[in-house]
Amino acid sequence: MSELPNPDEFLAKIEHKPSPRGWMDTPVEIRKGIACHAAKPERLETVGFPNPRDWSCYDEDWKLPENWQEILHKGFKERLDRFRSIKVFMDICVRCGACADKCHFFIGSGDPKNMPVVRAELLRSIYRNDFTTAGKILGLFGKKVKKSYGAREMTLEVLKEWWYYLFQCTECRRCSVFCPYGIDTAEITIFGRELLNLIGLNIDWVAAPVAFCYRTGNHLGIQPHAYKDMIDFFTDEIEDVAGIRVEPHFMKEKADILFITPSGDVFADPGTFTCMGYMMLFHFLQEKYGLEITWSTYASEGGNFGFFTSHEMMKRLNAKMYAEAKRLGVKWILGGECGHMWRVVHQYMDTMNGPADFLEEPVSPITGTKFENARSTKMVHITEFVADLIKHGKLDLDPSRNDHLKVTYHDSCNPARGMGLLEEPRYVIKNVCNHFYEMPANTIREQTFCCGSGAGLNAGENMELRMQGALPRLNAVKYVHEKHGVNMLSCICAIDRAAFPTALEYWLPEVDNCGVHELVANALILPGEKKRTVDLRNEPLPGMEDEDAE
Amino acid sequence: MNISYMYSLVAVIVLFLVAYVGVMLPGGEVFFGIIIPYLALVIFILGFINRIIDWARSPVPFRIPTTCGQEKSLPWIKPNSIDNPTTIGGVIIRMFLEIVFFRSLFRNTKMALKEGDKLSYEWEKWLWLFSLAFHWTFFVVLFRHLRFFSEPVPALVELVAKLDGFLQIGLPELRISGVVLLAALIFLFLRRIYIPQMRYISLASDYFPLFLIIGIAFTGILMRYFTKVDIVGVKEFTMSLATFKPHITEGIGSIFYVHLFFVSVLLAYFPFSKLMHLGGIFMSPTRNMVNNNRFKRHINPWNYPVKVHTYEAYEDEFREKMVEAGLRVDKPLAAKPPEEPEEKE
Repeated sequence: MSELPNPDEFLAKIEHKPSPRGWMDTPVEIRKGIACHAAKPERLETVGFPNPRDWSCYDEDWKLPENWQEILHKGFKERLDRFRSIKVFMDICVRCGACADKCHFFIGSGDPKNMPVVRAELLRSIYRNDFTTAGKILGLFGKKVKKSYGAREMTLEVLKEWWYYLFQCTECRRCSVFCPYGIDTAEITIFGRELLNLIGLNIDWVAAPVAFCYRTGNHLGIQPHAYKDMIDFFTDEIEDVAGIRVEPHFMKEKADILFITPSGDVFADPGTFTCMGYMMLFHFLQEKYGLEITWSTYASEGGNFGFFTSHEMMKRLNAKMYAEAKRLGVKWILGGECGHMWRVVHQYMDTMNGPADFLEEPVSPITGTKFENARSTKMVHITEFVADLIKHGKLDLDPSRNDHLKVTYHDSCNPARGMGLLEEPRYVIKNVCNHFYEMPANTIREQTFCCGSGAGLNAGENMELRMQGALPRLNAVKYVHEKHGVNMLSCICAIDRAAFPTALEYWLPEVDNCGVHELVANALILPGEKKRTVDLRNEPLPGMEDEDAE
Repeated sequence: MNISYMYSLVAVIVLFLVAYVGVMLPGGEVFFGIIIPYLALVIFILGFINRIIDWARSPVPFRIPTTCGQEKSLPWIKPNSIDNPTTIGGVIIRMFLEIVFFRSLFRNTKMALKEGDKLSYEWEKWLWLFSLAFHWTFFVVLFRHLRFFSEPVPALVELVAKLDGFLQIGLPELRISGVVLLAALIFLFLRRIYIPQMRYISLASDYFPLFLIIGIAFTGILMRYFTKVDIVGVKEFTMSLATFKPHITEGIGSIFYVHLFFVSVLLAYFPFSKLMHLGGIFMSPTRNMVNNNRFKRHINPWNYPVKVHTYEAYEDEFREKMVEAGLRVDKPLAAKPPEEPEEKE
């Protein structure tokens, strides 16, 4: 963070006026603070990806395979044949510009190539040149004519531009909400990164989690014993807060439900508080209703960085969820708070790794509610599950324990725009908190802004980029902070919880970040608990400020 | 000087001259009046179909609608059945609103950074309004033109023409659609020139159709209100085209052929250009799919088996550590060789 200017200077620098020259005449300049480190060779070796080597994006030579153009061309063609989305999206954009100022990276940086339309044009320019009749005919009239048509040849310069800007998109789909044809830049970026992957152009912040997840079951490379250690540690923490010793199950055969959540929540604050929240909730449900929910160290990752690499890698990592559910013989799967995890689970999992006919159609054994909307995938979102419990009065809640918090809610991109999970988390929050305030309508629900660090961009070396990307979201938080005194930004995404603390510290240090289930656990009255004087963060509850002294 | 827009402008002027002069040459009327229009129509139809088939040939491996509203989940939470449709009916309504009223474009806002640190998203419906005006009036103009290709003219065409001229100004009476069409086109053009972001992204292929359609509207208006083209002669000629018994009617005038040539160029250009968004919008997977992902399995025709890291392989690697941590394992640890006594902490 030390290399960043202060926020005022940062804002003063943002200029939304692109150069009068066209984008093809503006050469790419790969900048420190924006670009991410290249993937280390061992990451790629673990999962058998092409062209593992040491390289750096700042070097002249990227150590590409000799026939890299041919590989890309072939890869492009294959994917045009496999994905109608790509084909249609390559052809039908009219460049109306509606998407331009919808991207958090464009808003926060002013870099015109971060306008979603240009990000797509980077690929379209090659598509026009290589795959369209018009491009081939106009090409005969020379480069200038070709360029005015938006076509160009694939060169190293173009490749570097691809790489630079495809790793400045968080696949949040906000632009696609505004596009009159529904052109989805996430789809373009997924496709583009998949092509780059073919010649070994990955970033380490994506490739390392992929390699870890493949081997150890989670992105952070936490081995089974360490994973259990961490959960045990939370058990102690919970005991300090609530005076209750929870006993989480691990890989319990024939448990009712398998629970899968991002490993980020086991690893770092404030996700850890959300993780403790899950544990307390599950304890409550077991004590009160005899419901057995098990964790797994093999399927210890809800997220899927394979999604940021290639469709194939996404499938390879995702396979563990069903495999583990089958091995353990559970009835169905419950998924924790995570953004892109839920895009994968909701829109890809059943297609890729289903049908999950060995599982039962999800029913809440406590309320009898059938989760009809998950009857094929057999995976229920925890806020769907908990909203149902609350609706039926099955949780004992004391929302005043969150009275020290004025909460707003950030819709994570993927559950919002790749699923439509909007009301469930709000219902939960409103039942466990007394002070809830919405951010302005243009910045929530389907129009929500990304945290700025999704799709594998949550690295340390690209901090300037991340702060650019976080600006629109946190500017809206700032609005409710100033208007209502909001001091807690809640969310249902582990990437958010990894990204926001840093971004808040920079843009809005007065506000903190939490997961929804941290709030739930604060309010949840556990059977036989001691008098609660502190919240999960060990901060005194309202009216209990003096109790600490005891 | 913007090269993209100059190229397009020059191209349209050249097209104008080609038709204007060409039609005066011997055989010019047959060439520009009969051969080119038929050829253009054939290119349009075959090109359009070919493009649609080409798109349709690629499968939709995943169900990826962009959800713009509440999902259908618990019975007491009201789903947004249009912006997050779970039924074909919902998708049809969503697509209808998208195609007929440009619903997504209606969401458009304009971002501005105010007072140095406040981002705002302001009302911006001009793009939506003028796009809608352009498409609708273009459609009305096109529809009105059916009167040149039908005998007797269908009542609906007459009605639309009548409504279009309801202001009853001038003689022949002013048709609003033509004027609005031209105005909308000029707005869309100026937008590309004056908004820096738009200028940055606009290509020759964005300006060309604009100029071309401006040319069509302009020559049309010129004929109707100013040069007062021989409408009976035109109808005789267009009917001959429509009935596939083409013959030239003398004395229609060059401007008519320019008009017809512009239309022909537009038709022939259509399938190879962004204008194909007309067909493409129907095939956009983020809009035309049902968000029923978790309750109805979507099939990917090319789904292939992949290499995964199995639980067995995982346990094999970590078994010892797992046992030590008290985690259940499927296969027990092999008995340890005696020379390695277990260490105790």
